[in-house]
Amino acid sequence: MEQNMIEVKNLVRKFDDFIAVDNISFTVPKGQIFAFLGPNGAGKSTTIKMLTTMLRPTSGTILINGYDPMHNQDDARRSFGIVFQDPSLDDELTAFENMELHSVLYKIPRNIRKKRIEDLMKLVELWDKKDHLVKTFSGGMKRRLEIARGLLHHPKIIFLDEPTLGLDPQTRNLMWDYLKKMNQDEEITVFFTTHYMEEAAKIADEIAIIDHGKIITSGTVKELTEETKTNTLEEAFLSLTGSAIREESANIADQNRARHQMWSKK
Amino acid sequence: MSTIYILWLRQIKRYLRSRTRIIGALGQPLLFMVAFGFGFGAIFARAGAGNYMNFLIPGIIGQSILFTAISSGIDLIWDRQFGFLKETLAAPVSRFEIFFGRTLGGATVATLQGMIVLGLSFIVGFRPFSVLEMLISVPAMFLISLLFTALGTAIATKMEDFHGFQLIMNFLVMPLFFLSGALFPMDSMPKTLKTIATFNPLSYGVDLIRGLLANTSHFGYSLDLLVLGALTTFLLILGSFLFSRIEV
Ligand SMILES: Nc1ncnc2c1ncn2[C@@H]1O[C@H](COP(=O)(O)OP(=O)(O)OP(=O)(O)O)[C@@H](O)[C@H]1O
Ligand SMILES: [Mg+2]
Repeated sequence: MEQNMIEVKNLVRKFDDFIAVDNISFTVPKGQIFAFLGPNGAGKSTTIKMLTTMLRPTSGTILINGYDPMHNQDDARRSFGIVFQDPSLDDELTAFENMELHSVLYKIPRNIRKKRIEDLMKLVELWDKKDHLVKTFSGGMKRRLEIARGLLHHPKIIFLDEPTLGLDPQTRNLMWDYLKKMNQDEEITVFFTTHYMEEAAKIADEIAIIDHGKIITSGTVKELTEETKTNTLEEAFLSLTGSAIREESANIADQNRARHQMWSKK
Repeated sequence: MSTIYILWLRQIKRYLRSRTRIIGALGQPLLFMVAFGFGFGAIFARAGAGNYMNFLIPGIIGQSILFTAISSGIDLIWDRQFGFLKETLAAPVSRFEIFFGRTLGGATVATLQGMIVLGLSFIVGFRPFSVLEMLISVPAMFLISLLFTALGTAIATKMEDFHGFQLIMNFLVMPLFFLSGALFPMDSMPKTLKTIATFNPLSYGVDLIRGLLANTSHFGYSLDLLVLGALTTFLLILGSFLFSRIEV
């Protein structure tokens, strides 16, 4: 039987009167790579935060690996790894110490801890930098480390919130290579958000297009282009939302992110 | 347990790696020792009140602990703004363990800071009356550190940025220091000031350390410990409650 790793029904989140996530429903089967494609402010991060116990839904139900993140918080938390939109490493610790801290939080047995850390840091090509303080890392190195960390405790699902924002094309490709490898080797379900259409088209098995808090439609690239009688995801998106993705505001987000990273170096 | 330990260890590592923070936090106590100690010392002695430096040092230790402990709230705001907090909140561990690990770490740092000030005080002529009681003053410092770290962290759960916390430093920490028994003997304070100092937890902290280091006490050990113990317990419960409600 096909098992669903994520099941979401009628999920709503309001901030005061503003509806950030507006009654969305979707399912992600085990082993799938699922993309949430939408412009800035669409509600992508808010959705991820609710799926990962960081934010309480206003209404609706969620199942993560069969667990309700509101009631079986720790079971849900053990099921996923997450790379947030903004970095969440401790800059004053070394790369290895960050990984070690994570493995203690997730109770990875001591005898396999070191090996697992080594394997993953080699996967993301940071093993030779393991004793460097994270504050000396570039944005791309930090992101790779965060991906390795998110995979450390053998999660069933990995959530990635705009994982490639602000990265150069080579780093982007590398990153997806690691993730695809883990998706195949460990059958990890991948849920990622992006506002890059070509990325969603290239990487994801299934795409949900989200705007103004609503899922407009979802399906494979083929289904989306057939539905809209268009040739590319780009055109499908245009015909569905009536607008090109708000690239200009995406650039602002990129800049903000860069500024944020500069600040976090102190 | 391991969660508490690793988060405690993280705070210690961060402290030991930031030399500037250690040195910066020592400038002020040293300034107070020299300015107040040598400035008031002569008047104090002339008034027949004894050795002011011995009286003052426990107050400066209390001050240093107060400042360091409360500012561990800044660590929380920092971790919230720069993301690390999310790493702990997404983990399958209880919110209480996270809060308690952080708070123990902050309190240990404040205690270390207090011990360094105690060490420095020998340079300006301080002499403890008993080595044993000087050693006992270390756990006493830890109790006070725990109290103010819990307070600082509790306040920080409600703050989104550094500006608000700066205000707290000015409008809470400074009055706590000056309106306590840290600098002046409570026996000879005017009535209003004395009443304020009686409601100030720092007075009890300083009084406890002063009893152990200089053998003079205003409230007595039992009252000091009772007030400090009760307030610390309350603040730990309040702080972990507020912490468990953080959304990021
Ligand atoms: N804590 C909050 N308080 C008030 N409004 C919020 C809060 N968090 C998010 N919002 C609003 O909810 C909407 C959706 O935000 P969200 O961060 O989910 O968007 P996003 O799709 O992740 O966008 P981006 O691509 O910029 O990351 C936005 O309009 C945002 O302003
Ligand atoms: Mg977002």
